Amino acid sequence: MALDKPYADIPGTTIFDADQARMGYHLNQFCMSLMKAECREQFKSDERGYLDGWPMTEDQKQAVLDRDYNRMIELGGNVYFLSKIFFTDGQSFEQAAAAMTGVTREEYRKMMLSGGRSPEGNRYKGEQ
Amino acid sequence: MARITAGVASSHVPAIGVAVDLGKTQDEYWSPLFRGYEFTKQWIAEEKPDVVLLVYNDHASAFGLDMIPTFAIGCGESFKPADEGWGARQVPEVKGCPDLAWHIMQSVIQDDFDLTVINEMEVDHGLTVPLSLMFGQPEAWPCKVIPLAVNVVVYPPPSGQRCYNLGKALRRAVDSFDEDFNVQIWGTGGMSHQLQGPRAGFINKKWDKQFLDRLVNEPDELATMPHIDYLREAGSEGVELVMWLIMRGALNCDVKELHRFYHVPASNTAVGHLILENTL
Repeated sequence: MALDKPYADIPGTTIFDADQARMGYHLNQFCMSLMKAECREQFKSDERGYLDGWPMTEDQKQAVLDRDYNRMIELGGNVYFLSKIFFTDGQSFEQAAAAMTGVTREEYRKMMLSGGRSPEGNRYKGEQ
Repeated sequence: MARITAGVASSHVPAIGVAVDLGKTQDEYWSPLFRGYEFTKQWIAEEKPDVVLLVYNDHASAFGLDMIPTFAIGCGESFKPADEGWGARQVPEVKGCPDLAWHIMQSVIQDDFDLTVINEMEVDHGLTVPLSLMFGQPEAWPCKVIPLAVNVVVYPPPSGQRCYNLGKALRRAVDSFDEDFNVQIWGTGGMSHQLQGPRAGFINKKWDKQFLDRLVNEPDELATMPHIDYLREAGSEGVELVMWLIMRGALNCDVKELHRFYHVPASNTAVGHLILENTL
């Protein structure tokens, strides 16, 4: 029996479930390695070479090199793991979230200061 | 006898820790948030808890994907702040309370909750940010802390009902401990927020305020809410709120609400905060 996924109809959202966790295992474990300062230095000095030390798919590696967080999530990344990449880049959760929603940090911050993204039209796919 | 005297709920946003550590708490952006905790700091300085049972979630710091315990209790003597990718926070080491932690473990497992025992563990912002919010920047944390880590990162987290029932088992465990400890239980995380994908920045004030009301007044009913409601209405990361039900389950049916605070935004997140006194 397939996993029940009642959350599949939430727009703009990928739930980090068993399927995603399996697909993203090595991508996420690579992220965990960036919790060590010496690994962050190695990664920064040769990103491609560092990534090649992990059994990730080519698509996953390319998404990391491109810092394409939505693509990383699609390929099994989880944002708490991916945060090790953007922290390594000196970025905050706010900057990363802005990038994932396709707006500038200033625009994103302004949206948050005016109460955040409204639930209206954002609960079900096709609702907008 | 040990007793749980109060429950505290609070969000645990990492940027709040950064604001404290970099001395930005009086900035225009951050000061409204920290004002919401001023009452709490005074209250807790008078309460002087001996031990805080701190329910939180690890954010891929102590637990990667190699081990994913649903419920884990820290039984060690001390826990260092984790390096989450920008260097460890310069906050005091967290001192554990092995006597009570091992007692809880023994009691709760025999009460049908199979906790994972952790002796060596680093603790991330999920645990240290609430300590900073309640205690500021002391040289040493003024009480012992028992970390209770809940998996809310890999779906599914434990159900709200399971969390609520665990809270009740924790209460029985603390009540049966001989030493005369003043114990608080904190539930952290939430409120509505989503950190990922095109829906990031999702905030649902109306839902959050209902959640606060229901947590205080009708926790039995709130505990039955399915995960999908959290995900859809409070954002993918809003499901952390199941942890608040562990705190609530450890308190009496009737509690006295001493303090409530709600604020948007802290970075990507709606911040909620409650102090509930366990009227004895």
